[in-house]
Amino acid sequence: MTVAEVRARTAESRSQHEVVDTGGIGRSSSLKELEMVHNQAAVDGEAKFRLGSMSLYYGERKILEDITMDIPERKITAIIGPSGCGKSSFLRCLNRMNDLVEGCRVEGEVLLDGEDVYRRECDVTALRQKVGMVFQKPNPFPKTVYENVAFGPRILGIKERAQLDEIVESSLKKAALWEEVRDKLKEPALALSGGQQQRLCIARVLAVEPEVILLDEPCSALDPIATQRIEDLLSELREKYTIVIVTHNMQQAARISDYTAFFLIGCQGDPGRLVEFGETGTIFTAPADERTERYITGRFG
Amino acid sequence: MTSISREWLVRKTLMVTAMVVVVGLALVVFFMVKESLPAFRKAGPANLFSATWNPREGRYGMLVFLVGTLTTTAGGLLLGTPLALSLALFLTQVAPRRSRGLFSRAVEVLAGVPSIVLGWLGFTMLVPWIRSVTGSSGSGILAASIILAVMVVPTITAISRDALEAVPSSYAQASLALGATRWQTIFRVILPAARHGILAAVILGMGRAVGETMAVAMVIGPASVFPTSLTSPTHTLTTKILMEMGESTGVQRSSLFAMGLVLLFLAMALVVLVRRVSKARRYEGWVE
Ligand SMILES: Nc1ncnc2c1ncn2[C@@H]1O[C@H](COP(=O)(O)OP(=O)(O)O)[C@@H](O)[C@H]1O
Ligand SMILES: [Mg+2]
Repeated sequence: MTVAEVRARTAESRSQHEVVDTGGIGRSSSLKELEMVHNQAAVDGEAKFRLGSMSLYYGERKILEDITMDIPERKITAIIGPSGCGKSSFLRCLNRMNDLVEGCRVEGEVLLDGEDVYRRECDVTALRQKVGMVFQKPNPFPKTVYENVAFGPRILGIKERAQLDEIVESSLKKAALWEEVRDKLKEPALALSGGQQQRLCIARVLAVEPEVILLDEPCSALDPIATQRIEDLLSELREKYTIVIVTHNMQQAARISDYTAFFLIGCQGDPGRLVEFGETGTIFTAPADERTERYITGRFG
Repeated sequence: MTSISREWLVRKTLMVTAMVVVVGLALVVFFMVKESLPAFRKAGPANLFSATWNPREGRYGMLVFLVGTLTTTAGGLLLGTPLALSLALFLTQVAPRRSRGLFSRAVEVLAGVPSIVLGWLGFTMLVPWIRSVTGSSGSGILAASIILAVMVVPTITAISRDALEAVPSSYAQASLALGATRWQTIFRVILPAARHGILAAVILGMGRAVGETMAVAMVIGPASVFPTSLTSPTHTLTTKILMEMGESTGVQRSSLFAMGLVLLFLAMALVVLVRRVSKARRYEGWVE
């Protein structure tokens, strides 16, 4: 599908979105939507993901409401917001890891390269290879370092030793871990330090050659030095991959991301909403919404 | 009473209880050894571990029975383990969350069926059925293995279910997020991660099979010779002791104690094995 087609389709979905009766949402919110459209226009380059009025339900409960945003290709997009506003759930919408939650339902559009990932014939395993995920707590398998990285390629049916060796080495190099573990390939992954484990998890994702990498607070269990290394790594990976990172750490978002999305829930039990999305510089220096400003300056609630 | 003296009392009581257990175990071993000594002295180990059981001619060989125990146990595990593992996988990975409790209760009830009931069913239904299908006597290692399989399935299922449930969900999440299917995740991640627990489950099932007497006695034969096929009568250590216990004296009686001692050693070896397995390094890396 060409870029033009993608654009056309998204434009269509957006106009649909405007027709949808948003119920109790007042004028201020449609003003905000206008601002958001403005922000989207500011995204240069192509959009990897285009979300059109996406809502997420876990059973009866609405977790996310009416999210419309573009995730630009080969950029780092940071997702910030207070706990429980649905950041992790949002991330899991993008690679359909939400399918594991009983009673999960997604409405609206989630287009990856122009194709809806929630369409009936979507191959979820292929989607997850294309959209890799790194979790909050490092979760290497209780296998050797080598077998952790080789897991994905093996799933893809690669059996030849030489080819696996090559993939393992190059993935570990891309994850800036090779020098540290080249002599420990046959040792248990769980014997590595936390930061090394997290980089191993990144290497494991890189081994299946994804196009997008989703990271859910990947540094929240790490010390500052390990965090620094992950940040450096992400900055390098930005060249080749579309990266979406959830972070609790405002400085981290400001340091490494190109774009920032701010999520918020009104009050307890309400669904999370996208308050503001735009270039990180703008969000942190001149946010359009006062709630964003209050949040990033730490004066929330 | 002050708290210090109450604590003292509790501690002493617990210590005495623990001592009773240890002394009891020591007494069991002591009597088994003492009672089997005459057999070792008068008949000798070569006689005791030979394949001929003929007390009238002074032959007290237990090899037939030892082989019977080992083969029926192996048969029971061979039949029971795949079934139990499939059940455990079904319970933990496939069954809808709501019906898991129901299936688990069913397995627990099966565990509680008295062995005499299973033996009776084996004697009245299984053995005649094998007889009609194969044209043999019907009783023997095959029938005993099937009955033992039914007996070990609940044990192995329950313990492997716990082992499978103890596998952190983060492993499955990582695997699925890499694009693995559910079956790939089960066979490449969850089962290998639970393998120590599953092995412990099989060993405990083995313990149950080695010691089972009544149900096996009802379908094994009996005969004190090597079986000529899987469906010809023979004996196990336990069933032989059961059959002979009433009417033996002297060296013959002592040789039954020697068989008991062998069973005791088998059981102890299994306990050691379980401990080894469950202590195996948690973080041990594994390779396919
Ligand atoms: N598996 C789940 N089942 C039901 N509710 C969930 C599940 N995971 C998260 N939630 C709920 O969804 C909301 C958003 O959670 P989450 O996405 O984890 O937020 P965040 O990552 O921003 O802290 C929370 O109220 C949480 O209770
Ligand atoms: Mg979260």
